[in-house]
Amino acid sequence: MQIEVKYFGMLAEITDCNTEQLVISSQDVSGLKEALLDKYPDFKNKDFRIAQNQELVADTALLTGQEIAVLPPFAGG
Amino acid sequence: MSRYSRHISLKEIGIAGQDKINTSKVLVIGAGGLGCPTLQYLVAAGVGTIGIVDFDVVDVSNLQRQILFGTSSIGKNKAEVAKEVLRHLNPTIQINAYSEKLTPKTVVAIIEPYDIVVDATDNFASRYLINDATVLLEKPLVYGAIYKFEGQVTVFNYKNGPSYRCVFPNPPQKGTMPNCSEVGVLGVLPGIIGTMQANEVLKIILNIGKTLSGKLYCFNALTNQSNTIGVSRNEDQITKVKNRGPHFEVLDDSFFCASNASEITIENTINQDIQNIDVRELNEQPRMTFNDLLEIPLGELPNKIEAISKVKKIVVFCQSGIRSHQAVTLLNEHNISNCYSLKHGVSAFEELGNTEVYAERSQSNKTVSKRT
Repeated sequence: MQIEVKYFGMLAEITDCNTEQLVISSQDVSGLKEALLDKYPDFKNKDFRIAQNQELVADTALLTGQEIAVLPPFAGG
Repeated sequence: MSRYSRHISLKEIGIAGQDKINTSKVLVIGAGGLGCPTLQYLVAAGVGTIGIVDFDVVDVSNLQRQILFGTSSIGKNKAEVAKEVLRHLNPTIQINAYSEKLTPKTVVAIIEPYDIVVDATDNFASRYLINDATVLLEKPLVYGAIYKFEGQVTVFNYKNGPSYRCVFPNPPQKGTMPNCSEVGVLGVLPGIIGTMQANEVLKIILNIGKTLSGKLYCFNALTNQSNTIGVSRNEDQITKVKNRGPHFEVLDDSFFCASNASEITIENTINQDIQNIDVRELNEQPRMTFNDLLEIPLGELPNKIEAISKVKKIVVFCQSGIRSHQAVTLLNEHNISNCYSLKHGVSAFEELGNTEVYAERSQSNKTVSKRT
């Protein structure tokens, strides 16, 4: 399925874009994470959480949303 | 009360609301980019007791965004200078300065007397410590964090809402964050995010409007886009913190940052006898074509240690400078100590492009004997 993926913080620097359209074959969030790691090897060892339709979701959640956000922690102040 | 007349004339606040503000106690941890604007508005609003925690001293590079300080503040403790400046803004309130580092041993005693805590710190160690202490003491925590042009704001531990660990259960893994102290930041960004934190504090004190509890507000100053992400309470995370009690995790912040000791800028690699190692996967672009270049993806590095020069200076690079840092750690473990991670990764070469410097570098590499 085609989804819109938004990247935040240092992850957007790795992807070199804030938003992109991806075609994903996996059914759940962990599959999506694997697809992102394949596409962006620098995501390896990075912490991030996935939000689906503006809600944080667990890795086990099914991919139902059209809009995905990939959120890394950051600590600057 | 004429000082607060423009608050009192709002029907949502009134005299009763202003009284609540004047009797509230707020602790702001960190008097830096986020803390300065937060403090300024909370003090102006008349928060009865304000605590300021910061062990650090003012540096000239702080002045671009830490708006409570001036040139004459350089070298002085931030909490003390902030207290002095804010006393002039509003002498009717109590301001307590804590010019010390927040530690697992001191955190409970410092936080306990206050109603609301503001996390305006700049590192993960403090953020997890403050989260765990406020979960334990059941104090609302107004959280703000920034990175370059992006900011996040939310409210934790409020009206049965989530905590920081419900968003990010554990601190980042070692060496996975870019170098903390050198990351740039748009000066006005902490002004926006810190001011939003002050706004959340006032809504909590007044019990009006809707707070960001359960919602992570993300703002991008470059695009003006904002995203509000729903966050649910994770009982397991809260219970874990409560069960551990005041025996807080001891985290050293240097743990999270790629250390600069092993980092090298491209300018410092010119005209030297260097062996370069590209630890990216072989399909990652752009490829570099120096004479003395090894291409060993990070995963294969442990099996190819013998290919690496024991005499030359080693400069490792990847796409952004994170994997190369891991590679340097790995090489150090194999007793190869004269090795450095190239700052900004392959983009450092790209920035130079086909300039003289790049040519000189290639030239210098040509003069050394080829690796066998």
